[in-house]
Amino acid sequence: MSLYSKEEARQILEKVVKFSKADGCEVILTGAAIGNIRYARNSVSTAGENNDATLIVQSYFGKKSGTATINEFDDASLEKVVRMSEELATLAPENPEFMEPLPQQTYGESTTYAEATSKITPDFRANAAANSIKLARNKGVTAAGFLVDETSVAAMMNSKGLFAYNQSTNVTYTATMRTDDGTGSGWVTRDFNDVTKLDIGEASLVAIDKALHSRNAKAIEPGKYTVILEPAASAELLRNMLFNMNARPADEGRSFLSKKGGGTKLGEKIYDERINFYTDPTHSEVPAAPWTPDGQARKKMDIIRNGVVKNIFYDRYWASKKHVESVPFPGNAIMDGGSASLDDMIRDTKKGILVTRFWYIRTVDPQTLLYTGLTRDGTFYIENGKIKHPIKNFRFNESPVIMLNNLETLGKQVRVSAGGGGVNFFLPYMKIRDFTFTSLSDAI
Amino acid sequence: MKRRDFIYLAGLGATASILPGIPLIGSPISVERSLERVDVSTKKKLADVGLNAARAKGATYTDVRIGRYLNQYIITREDRVENIVNTESYGMGIRVIANGSWGFAATDKMDNDSVSKTAELAVAIAKENSRLLTEPVRLAPQKGHGEVSWRAPIEKNAFEIPIKEKVDLLLSVNDAAMKGGADFINSYLFMVNEQKYFASTDGSYIDQDIHRIWPTFFITKIDSASGKFETRNALSAPMGLGYEYLEARPQDKIKGITTLYKDRYDMLEDAKAAAAQSAEKLTAKSVEPGKYDLILDPSHLWLTIHESTGHPTELDRVLGYEANFAGTSFLTLDKWESKKFNYGNNIVNIFADKTQPGSLGAAGYDDEGVKCGRWDVIKGGLLVNYQAIRDQAHILGLNESQGCCYADNWSSVQFQRMPNISLMPGKEKKSIDDLIKGVEKGIYIIGDGSFSIDQQRYNFQFGGQLYYEIKNGKIAGMLKDVAYQSNTQEFWNSCAGIADESDYRLGGSFFDGKGQPMQTSSVSHGSSTARFNGVNVINTARKLG
Repeated sequence: MSLYSKEEARQILEKVVKFSKADGCEVILTGAAIGNIRYARNSVSTAGENNDATLIVQSYFGKKSGTATINEFDDASLEKVVRMSEELATLAPENPEFMEPLPQQTYGESTTYAEATSKITPDFRANAAANSIKLARNKGVTAAGFLVDETSVAAMMNSKGLFAYNQSTNVTYTATMRTDDGTGSGWVTRDFNDVTKLDIGEASLVAIDKALHSRNAKAIEPGKYTVILEPAASAELLRNMLFNMNARPADEGRSFLSKKGGGTKLGEKIYDERINFYTDPTHSEVPAAPWTPDGQARKKMDIIRNGVVKNIFYDRYWASKKHVESVPFPGNAIMDGGSASLDDMIRDTKKGILVTRFWYIRTVDPQTLLYTGLTRDGTFYIENGKIKHPIKNFRFNESPVIMLNNLETLGKQVRVSAGGGGVNFFLPYMKIRDFTFTSLSDAI
Repeated sequence: MKRRDFIYLAGLGATASILPGIPLIGSPISVERSLERVDVSTKKKLADVGLNAARAKGATYTDVRIGRYLNQYIITREDRVENIVNTESYGMGIRVIANGSWGFAATDKMDNDSVSKTAELAVAIAKENSRLLTEPVRLAPQKGHGEVSWRAPIEKNAFEIPIKEKVDLLLSVNDAAMKGGADFINSYLFMVNEQKYFASTDGSYIDQDIHRIWPTFFITKIDSASGKFETRNALSAPMGLGYEYLEARPQDKIKGITTLYKDRYDMLEDAKAAAAQSAEKLTAKSVEPGKYDLILDPSHLWLTIHESTGHPTELDRVLGYEANFAGTSFLTLDKWESKKFNYGNNIVNIFADKTQPGSLGAAGYDDEGVKCGRWDVIKGGLLVNYQAIRDQAHILGLNESQGCCYADNWSSVQFQRMPNISLMPGKEKKSIDDLIKGVEKGIYIIGDGSFSIDQQRYNFQFGGQLYYEIKNGKIAGMLKDVAYQSNTQEFWNSCAGIADESDYRLGGSFFDGKGQPMQTSSVSHGSSTARFNGVNVINTARKLG
């Protein structure tokens, strides 16, 4: 048993809080059922399921706090974990940044749960893999893929009376298709709360098609090019930018948002005026939990509006020090798109490059958010409104801040998982001018 | 939000943004409890229950891993402790072959009934997986070792050192950096103890005790007038050592433009130097892009070796098992079969090794009961071997595994992971100064920085912590905004000199990631300082708005 209902969770948490003898405590209960299947070389390599629940208790005395965890839920275990957290709290050094738990907050409705996803079986996963492998084999392509689904619950309660509960489902599928002669490679990613939106066959065919069309790529000179970035290509760069929008390092002078002479760029226009970036936990395509792991309510909020930085993130401690309202880190991020389809964007491009994805992105300079990485699994040269031929992969050195200033066209939005960090993105296809490619790669 | 992300955010709070990728592993426990040990006879009894239950359900091979994984992290900034994390993860993973297929299941309920059920589940999963099987598992033979044990040769168990002593060390390091002019410092001490017990139907019962430690810091210096900042990270290495790593000794220091460290690290001294150097970086000359001869210190070169030699010689990547995540490899089997693939200059000799004392990958046996050893991967510049495990050995025509199997937890299934991969020192007597003397136009790079490489391991880009311009055989001052780009084969063929054995040092990583779901492993890479001619250097400075 790991997926407690709201009432079951409340009963467990109430018991735990009652055991507390500290100045106060905060308790988090999480449970998850996770299943996965992995395949490569047209054959299943691993498959498994994992099902567990954990209770985390943080007790505090003044500004000293201690945390303990347990995965057994009988009364004796619950009392034991409370005592252990209290013992650790008395031994801990004082933390001047410790913040007492919040009182009850008002949260919006959650839409993060889809029943169909919670009912995925090992058979479903095996059939998905078999389907993808069969489509690949039929086209002389070798399939490698990973399907992972998760049903989870999270609940919290504290000694100030706060209670929050959320139930969530997620399914993520990625596949890499390589032509049997090793000269072409294609990739696809799909990410949903509701598995009924996932079409393994459609997704596999996208990757197979990219693999077949990327055979015998030609080398072109590195340099500055107009690029059309699929949402999966821009997602990690934009995630990295979002993760660097915390107020504290900006105030401390060590962020791309720090200003010459002190202060931050909050309220300044630092992007093209068509850039609008916001969070909304109720968004139908990328719903997020209505509360944060420290119990704050998530609300719809602008991050960038008309190119202006409208909000940066203040944790509760830094907000109290700066005498501002805390601004919790978002659970999703949505970037406004346009009406152009990918075909429209290609048709309107005289000379450019279509990028399926970037890979191995790493920070080069945190001051300018300069990142390096490479194109992978489907990079194509566009000339006079048509895809002319596949090209060899490039290494880039580029900053998402510069990139969002060099915007040409916004296209339709797609949900993408940006690879961890707990934030889902709804991002548009983007045409960007002067994107900096610095060298060629022979990798396929 | 996925549950792992939720726990990760809730568990590490503010530090998460500074150290991405460090999950909260296991459950918090008291320091005292972390020093208690599980009796070997108890583990043997439980292992036998698992082996027998799997055999009874039709498994033709079974191995059982009982793991107790202890982690202690101390996290500080400036004058305060941000977090002390002390965790334990204890349980059992059972891997079987049934109907020619692998199956795996794990449990943290350590009683006979739960172990039996877990073994039966592993067999059921293997039978289910066999439905889509294309070729049955071929396991290289492995003789049972009987009841044996191996302990890392550490001098001081870091878990036995009082927390206060460790906190005091970090806070004194922070104080020294701040007094030296740093604006910010984040310092960390990571300690790991893997208590692993392996049993298999081959007749092995192996008890191992492995320790790792990593002290590190990040210093920031700000020039608020210009709005610029510079950072300098620690020049320490994560090591397979105990707390003795932090007890500095003169014989482990290499004095030069900055002090470099061998098997012992002087954290206080390095923090003072880092504070001064982060300030110096603010006014350093921005590099002129172009071709330079590079002198690469082992504190930097380890990462280039890791990415450009370690990963492409992983046999699972070569075969395509990592195609959907970590990638494949340019070192395809035909290149190895030709016996003449020119990977690098003939002075380039790179070896795999899981025995070097103090290294992160050192163990007596791997996670499928194979005794650890050492072998050549690149010899005289030619590709001669890969890194393989038992079910891959036959592909290389080997009669036994090379012992590269590892799982990051009892609950993870073991698979092929990188052993220590190291560059052999030069055979002629040669110092760092001798290498620098011969360079007309070059850059001396110390410390690891930005790193990125393509999915087949051809094209890479690396940065460092400290860059010094070399003009006519002499160091001419500090540079900044440096990164070099090259191609693996071109780079290793440009290797024009390697310092001798007296300069040999280890670098490494605690967090090498591979697999889906991803697992991390720790690995060291040794080398002496080396010279590479005519490498393309780019300038990384940009201007925002």
